[in-house]
Amino acid sequence: MSLPLVVLLPFLGAIAAPLFAQGGRTAIAIASSVPALIALAALFPHWDTLADGGVVLHSYEWLPAIGLSLSFRLDGLALMFALLILIIGLLIILYARYYLKPNENVGKFYALLLCFKGSMLGIVLSGNLLLMLIFWELTSLTSFLLISFWSHKQDARRGARMALAVTGGGGLALMAGILIIGNIVGSFELDDVLAAGDLIKSHAMYPVALTLVLLGAFTKSAQFPFHFWLPHAMQAPTPVSAYLHSATMVKAGVFLMARLYPALAGTEQWFYMVSFTGMATLLIGAYVAMFKHDLKGLLAHSTVSHLGLITLLFGMGTNLAAVAALFHVINHATFKASLFMAAGIIDHETGTRDMRRINGLWRYMPHTATLAMVAASSMAGVPLLNGFLSKEMFFAEALELNLPGFWAWIPPIVATLAGIFAVAYSARFIHDVFFNGKPVNLPIYPPHEPPRYMKIPVEILVFACVMVGMFPAISVGPLLFSAAQATLGGEVPDYQLAVMHGINLPLMMSLAAFVGGLLMYSQRQRFFDFHARFKEVDEKAVFEAVVSRFVDLAQRFTALVENGSLQRYAVLLVASVIAVAATPLIDLGVFVGENGLSPVDWPTGISAVVLIVSALATAFLHRERFTALVLLSVVGLIVALAFARFSAPDLAMTQLSVEVVTIVLLMLALYYMPSWTPLETSPGRRTRDVALALVAGAGMTLITLAMLTQPFSSISEFFLANSKPGGGGTNVVNVILVDFRGFDTLGEITVLAIAALGIYAMLKNTALTPPPGDGQGHTWTRDAHPLMLKQIARPMLPLALMISAYIFLRGHNMPGGGFIAGLITSVALVIQYIASGMDWTQDRIRIKYHNVIGLGLLFATIAGAGSLAFSYPFLTSTFGYITWPVVGKFEVASALVFDLGVYLAVIGATMLALVSIGRLSPHSAIKSPREDS
Amino acid sequence: MELIFALVIGALTASGVYLLLRARTFPVVMGLTLLSYGVNLFLFASGRLSTGQQPIIGSTEIYADPLPQALVLTAIVIGFAMTAFVVVLSLRNLADNEDDHVDGCPPEHPADRAQEEEEPGK
Repeated sequence: MSLPLVVLLPFLGAIAAPLFAQGGRTAIAIASSVPALIALAALFPHWDTLADGGVVLHSYEWLPAIGLSLSFRLDGLALMFALLILIIGLLIILYARYYLKPNENVGKFYALLLCFKGSMLGIVLSGNLLLMLIFWELTSLTSFLLISFWSHKQDARRGARMALAVTGGGGLALMAGILIIGNIVGSFELDDVLAAGDLIKSHAMYPVALTLVLLGAFTKSAQFPFHFWLPHAMQAPTPVSAYLHSATMVKAGVFLMARLYPALAGTEQWFYMVSFTGMATLLIGAYVAMFKHDLKGLLAHSTVSHLGLITLLFGMGTNLAAVAALFHVINHATFKASLFMAAGIIDHETGTRDMRRINGLWRYMPHTATLAMVAASSMAGVPLLNGFLSKEMFFAEALELNLPGFWAWIPPIVATLAGIFAVAYSARFIHDVFFNGKPVNLPIYPPHEPPRYMKIPVEILVFACVMVGMFPAISVGPLLFSAAQATLGGEVPDYQLAVMHGINLPLMMSLAAFVGGLLMYSQRQRFFDFHARFKEVDEKAVFEAVVSRFVDLAQRFTALVENGSLQRYAVLLVASVIAVAATPLIDLGVFVGENGLSPVDWPTGISAVVLIVSALATAFLHRERFTALVLLSVVGLIVALAFARFSAPDLAMTQLSVEVVTIVLLMLALYYMPSWTPLETSPGRRTRDVALALVAGAGMTLITLAMLTQPFSSISEFFLANSKPGGGGTNVVNVILVDFRGFDTLGEITVLAIAALGIYAMLKNTALTPPPGDGQGHTWTRDAHPLMLKQIARPMLPLALMISAYIFLRGHNMPGGGFIAGLITSVALVIQYIASGMDWTQDRIRIKYHNVIGLGLLFATIAGAGSLAFSYPFLTSTFGYITWPVVGKFEVASALVFDLGVYLAVIGATMLALVSIGRLSPHSAIKSPREDS
Repeated sequence: MELIFALVIGALTASGVYLLLRARTFPVVMGLTLLSYGVNLFLFASGRLSTGQQPIIGSTEIYADPLPQALVLTAIVIGFAMTAFVVVLSLRNLADNEDDHVDGCPPEHPADRAQEEEEPGK
């Protein structure tokens, strides 16, 4: 339980800490320290297990289907990073207490800082790669928020965006890489992955997986060519720079390389990719650092360079180099965090970070100056300080690297060169800031020492630098050994942590670096002049330009496809459907399957020909809208006949009644619309549309033909067998609708209801004046409601209602049912409206169709929920028989109530839609506001 | 029989698609109606064509597949609801824009559209 707690605590703290913001900065700083203190206490008892090379694993299932588990794993490597995160985190909390101004949003700051801490702990303690990915992304997000903490500054927002884009992009690559690894291994559990190193490395996908994982690591750890985001992240408040962008988050990439070292390292690809990237980063960072006038800019580039050094060490692939890399992680974190804090103090006390203005501070703040100078010496690699030790190990490894021929010279030369630069920029940090004349035009003058407690974190870190530098074996030995054991999978090489290894080649290289570095610093003006000849590239501007070019490209592409033209969309839609369907259709090859064709009888054949001709004529004559509509109704009627012909009486009845309602609807609409479609498309466009239509039609013909001639088996055996004994009805289609698939039907009548209400809402406050005639010189007939029609329609109503009741009641056993009966009733009602007009009918049929819809849905739902009362699942039906006088024995099924709901919903929806359109007419009772005025 | 049935679906699809690509709302609605006839027949045909085998228990020896029939029955009704919705949408378009072009305005006046697009940004 203790490991998940360690990760969870900072997140809980992030929720709790802002509550203390009212109590002032001290209160919130103390509250924010609690999670880290508890976490340290929780980790402490595990030390014994870890010192023996053991592993602590706490695992809980989360989503086993995708291999994601809440698995937390503590080993030496995880412990080393966890301690860095927790301890430096504590120091940062104390430091930030004095760094932030009282009027700043300290609650937000500490909450974000704690969120970040939790995410970072999550990365190092995850025992599952997918879980680690989640925390990985969380660090990118919290880093984004922390960099942009001063969100009123444009530079801060831009820097944050850049960091997020680069590290987030790397996170995507990492995700792909981890998915590939998980696929190879068959598990995302770290233990399984680490044990399967040989399997991964011999797999064909290894180079891809490696590249993707390294992309993730390199972006996070600011390796060349992705290093540019880190210096711009320095827009963050200095505690953030010290914590995220030197000590912890940028080490996440390095951590990943160490974590997956047994699984991925030791191949040629690993060697070349990692070591050369590291080498390039090492040199570029160190070189640029020299020329930065901004204090934090210098430190940022130096951080880039040191991250390159660690990467290079991991890339070398020897066990000793890996130990050196881990050692340098600790050392760099301590001296760089303290340097950032010192830079923050100087910024705080002088109001600027420009080294051309900050000079001679030794006189004003000797205490801070001493601390910063020790830390900077460690950065340069001065003996008796921790930076020296790992740098010596690095030099030794650079010499050991067995590259063929001329290449063997490259690593030592690069190492020495980087050493020279490092000494030069460290010398600049010391000399330029604390000596070198007097301060120039400082915003805050005279500067003085910061508050006492602000220096304590720096003192602790500098003390650690000295302790590790002088007594490495005692101070850091066991922790490093345990971390190395975990990284290398058990085989720790012989190494000695001593201050001096005697006079040897690495020491000579160090010496050369010192002499060269100091020489270089003394001649710095020449280098500055030389460097000034090159045009400075502003990465931010380049980045913004690239981003805006992408946005531009995306917008242009969007405008190309999404130009507001429905016709364009329809063409694209049809064309892509054809394109997608074409390949499998061509592959199919044979379109007449095993069953062959059956003969055609004359009536069917003639009907089909009429249908085809009418359909094509509808399209051909579509500009003559009324004619087209009549042809369309012919098509609909023959479709109904086709259903009847091919053993589907229910469908035939439904189609027939829907056809009537649809045509009435379209006629009504046509009343308001122009009766003539203008010719406005070009012949070329029409040819294109005809071609598309013909291809689509031919495709559908072939698919249908292929389907119809294939033998098939259906799941309907079940429905046929259980319809009578299970559902109590012999009309299987109806039983499926109201019983077997009742839930579907409930959904469908709900859709129907929503569509009708949508129609009502759309037309509620709309007024349309119909054109005076059909546009071709004919006016509307004056006899809108012919006497004959009126006289026939009225007595028809009770008859039609009786028939619909009959169709409804028999539906369970014979063709019929709620849908059909509902449509018949609707038709009967619509005829009244047509025959006698809106006003006359409205006065006599005072039904609110909204209520009918609601009632229908209510009935259907109650019928379904009723079965719940008897603890059966929703929509379970039952049936029994009763004997009615006259009618005789009659079956009553609970599904009948459901069907009644369907019946009412269909009537309500159909009528509401039609009446809403009918009301648009100026003859209707409801006058539109436009006409009143 | 299968061939002529397939040709019917093909003709419905072709006419439907052609009308769907027209520039005025009314033909588009008619196209959708034709297309939905085609789709309904196609779904229905997935249960194969049979004569005199209506799925009423006890009425024949062999029964046609009732499942596609049940699906198509609701599809017909929902298809009607959708047609009605689209028709009303086009009526509303006519009322608001005084034009029955599918894009709300005929392509002769692209300036109108550009103006409308700019407005939400203001």
